[in-house]
Amino acid sequence: MRNQLATESLFALSQPGRRGAELPEADVPVKPLNELLPAAALATEPTGLPEVTEPDIIRHFVNLSTLNMCVDTHFYPLGSCTMKYNPKRHERLASLPGIVDLHPYQNPSDLQGMLALLYETQEMLAEISGLPAVSLQPAAGAQGEFTALLTAKAYFEDRGEKRTKVLFPNSAHGTNPASAAIAGFDCVQLASSKGGLVDLEDLKANLDDQTAVFMVTNPNTLGLFEKDIKQIANMVHEVGGLVYIDGANMNAILGFTRPGDFGGDMMHYNVHKTFTGPHGAGGPGSGPIAVRDFLADFLPGPVIKRNDNAGENEDQYTLENPPKSIGRVRTFYGNIGIVVRGYCYLRTLGAKGLKAVSENAVLNANYLKAILKDVLPVPNGDLCMHEFVASASKIKSENGITAMDIAKRLLDFGFHAPTVYFPLVVPEAIMVEPTETESKETLDAFAKSIRTILQEDPEFLHLAPHSTEISRPDEVVAARHPILQCCEPQ
Amino acid sequence: MPYLFNTPEQQQEMLQAIGVDSLEALFSTIPQELRLDRPLNIPPALTEMELQAHVSKLAAENVGPGSRVCMLGGGAYDHFIPAAVDEIARRGEFYTAYTPYQAEASQGSLQTFFEFQSLICQLTGMDVSNASLYEGGTCVSEAAFMAMRVTNRHDRVVLLGSLHPEYRQVVETYLKHLNCEVVVVPCVDGSVDPADVDAAMDDQTACLVIQHPNFFGTLEEAEQLTEIAHKYGALSVVSYDPISLGILKRPGDYGADIAIAEGQSLGTPLQFGGPYLGLFSCSEKFVRRMPGRLIGQTVDRNGKRCYVLNLQAREQHIRRDKATSNICSNQGLIAIRAAVYLALLGKQGIREVAELCCQKAHYAAEQLSQIEGIELLFPERAFFKEFVLSCSEGADFLLRKARQAGFDLGPELSRFEGTDGSSADQTGVLVAITEQRTREEIDRLVTALKA
Repeated sequence: MRNQLATESLFALSQPGRRGAELPEADVPVKPLNELLPAAALATEPTGLPEVTEPDIIRHFVNLSTLNMCVDTHFYPLGSCTMKYNPKRHERLASLPGIVDLHPYQNPSDLQGMLALLYETQEMLAEISGLPAVSLQPAAGAQGEFTALLTAKAYFEDRGEKRTKVLFPNSAHGTNPASAAIAGFDCVQLASSKGGLVDLEDLKANLDDQTAVFMVTNPNTLGLFEKDIKQIANMVHEVGGLVYIDGANMNAILGFTRPGDFGGDMMHYNVHKTFTGPHGAGGPGSGPIAVRDFLADFLPGPVIKRNDNAGENEDQYTLENPPKSIGRVRTFYGNIGIVVRGYCYLRTLGAKGLKAVSENAVLNANYLKAILKDVLPVPNGDLCMHEFVASASKIKSENGITAMDIAKRLLDFGFHAPTVYFPLVVPEAIMVEPTETESKETLDAFAKSIRTILQEDPEFLHLAPHSTEISRPDEVVAARHPILQCCEPQ
Repeated sequence: MPYLFNTPEQQQEMLQAIGVDSLEALFSTIPQELRLDRPLNIPPALTEMELQAHVSKLAAENVGPGSRVCMLGGGAYDHFIPAAVDEIARRGEFYTAYTPYQAEASQGSLQTFFEFQSLICQLTGMDVSNASLYEGGTCVSEAAFMAMRVTNRHDRVVLLGSLHPEYRQVVETYLKHLNCEVVVVPCVDGSVDPADVDAAMDDQTACLVIQHPNFFGTLEEAEQLTEIAHKYGALSVVSYDPISLGILKRPGDYGADIAIAEGQSLGTPLQFGGPYLGLFSCSEKFVRRMPGRLIGQTVDRNGKRCYVLNLQAREQHIRRDKATSNICSNQGLIAIRAAVYLALLGKQGIREVAELCCQKAHYAAEQLSQIEGIELLFPERAFFKEFVLSCSEGADFLLRKARQAGFDLGPELSRFEGTDGSSADQTGVLVAITEQRTREEIDRLVTALKA
């Protein structure tokens, strides 16, 4: 049992005069501040930050942390998010002196170890994607999408073409249309086929000389491999457009097939999904992009180059701006701390290990799907890739149990909820992604819990969860009268 | 394979339950002609012991602040990080959790972000803060987008020429494809003349972006510039140094509409430029047009206080191409670091850190500028913790001499195309002095440069 103080806000714990950190006395001659800075620029009152001691703070945040479910404590089958185990060695290695304390404006000659690591990461990402040119700069998958779309735009402009449209299937992640819109494109949403794949007829009907890019996730958000992807790519290429692969689901195909081989011209990676950068309660992610050689000159700078003929006084690794670069998409070089974790993962697994990752991710997903299909049918596909989308619509029509009810009740059984109500093309969608780092025992226990839940009183389920710190927040009130900070503005 | 659980026997049982006879058969939906017919060409797998040796070797090939004194600035700073920050950020319950979409399973993250928002509001004097964006440079672009929506002016934004040159480059990348003109007001002698800003503004300008203290470390007339922005019906966007707000007036105190910052200074290591922390706060009336995640307080069905992701109807997963931004993450773990840091420092600590930076930077500037051949490039300008030195023998000479003595200064202004608008002084070198620098270090640098 936790006493109430544990979850009081920091501001409620504040008492005038308490301190959580002390600073040394100035060791230089001190002058009155208003001699150093104009009086008009100086604050007249201190900030309203709270005053608390270090033990207060530690107890407060440690207590709060225990209110979370996370990969370290729970099975987290959150479809589309790839919540796999986060190796501990990465945290140690990313914190090494000489990695964690490098300033972005140090002299490149002093950074050859770091640049070698990043260069090698670029090379591995190029090989895995089958696309030769890589930029590590994007800070997250969505920024990778945006960056690649600008790269495409610059490419077309360089050719004297002005193309206005970006196409994507209706099962696409919301970031795809959002990225296209902020890159200045018109968005065209396509229907899906009955089987949950890209509808070739609708694609054909919308392809024309205004088509800049077709964005597609493969395997798609239903967990299905777009078997016609090569034909799709050919159709897009025939009208002069480019194919973008949303790499959110790369977990399923590592070493089996490559976006560059099945017709993709550009893609982003989610290092935090595929290569186990931890999700950090919402970030930071990292979204490097890989593109075909004819797009390399347009990538955001700087990228890391290797000079194999470097002389004694020359750097082997240098930072360079591609000649027709779209410019920068963020300050400095990217979310390097996350890239380092991705590098450690790739070096831990090697080619064989990466293939085994996909084998086990796909095995786990299909196994869970198989042992649940009699109670939670999956409308699309016989075999899935690393995730599947079941539908609770039959259960809902029979006894009123919704996808949300199942998700919330699972929390009581010690499992994080699957993704629900996405993708939008499946009614009462329950999207499950077990990932390769779960054991058969865990999957069996999860399936058993779902079966138990489906036998429970629907009224009881509507009120779930019953054992968590809180139960079903009132989101309507939250949106109508937003309370976004715990104290009045000063 | 350290991260895979199922034994070969279990795999067989599972394949049987699925009804296929091999792992390979699970991939039958990938057409054979699209399969990679060879192993990936990447380096061989390493055990943990081998990996540690390998990465340690790469780390040792870098010459870091461990071996040299860091006086580098330009948007990333070597501030002290109390141990408690790492302790909290290393808790698996925080760093291996996902975006808190399931509120019942995520009250820890949600309350922490809610408190982060509250702390940022107190620090800046603004009404509302989001739960963070990528980093300082992209914050400027997001602020410009938001200003365009709020003012319904889509053709023009004005930036001070003293804005971080990389921030300016990011804005230019983001806006040029929307046919929005980015006007840069030249920076003369280390800061921008308000009269020049007035001349650059018009009634079609969505916002004026001010950096204060600016890229050269000097103070702008932020209050007056905000008034000028408002005179033209534009939003005032202020990019601030979060540490400076321990002693400087806060953006909210002088009427800024949007306050943005690079939050790396608040408890996050340099780590070669990222991940960092974009701080984004604004006036309450714009809250529904704000980019990024927002955490709100509400009650659960039993009336108990709790926290949720709020106002999600603005976001990409609901609004798709009509969303306020394509951003789908926040810098969760870095925001947690900042929350712990701000809580540890508190009202007194933040003031003391700011004072220490300011006092030591002024001591260093005074001592360094007495060296023959070295002077302050902008001697008339008030500065906070960074200043620009010019060297009669050139920036390279100064940097090299400092490095030989064990000090990293910079960045040199010549690194950035078009920086400093008019003069683009090739001899300029930025120097940043944080609370971590000691008088002994500063004196040692002075002695070395005199020699």
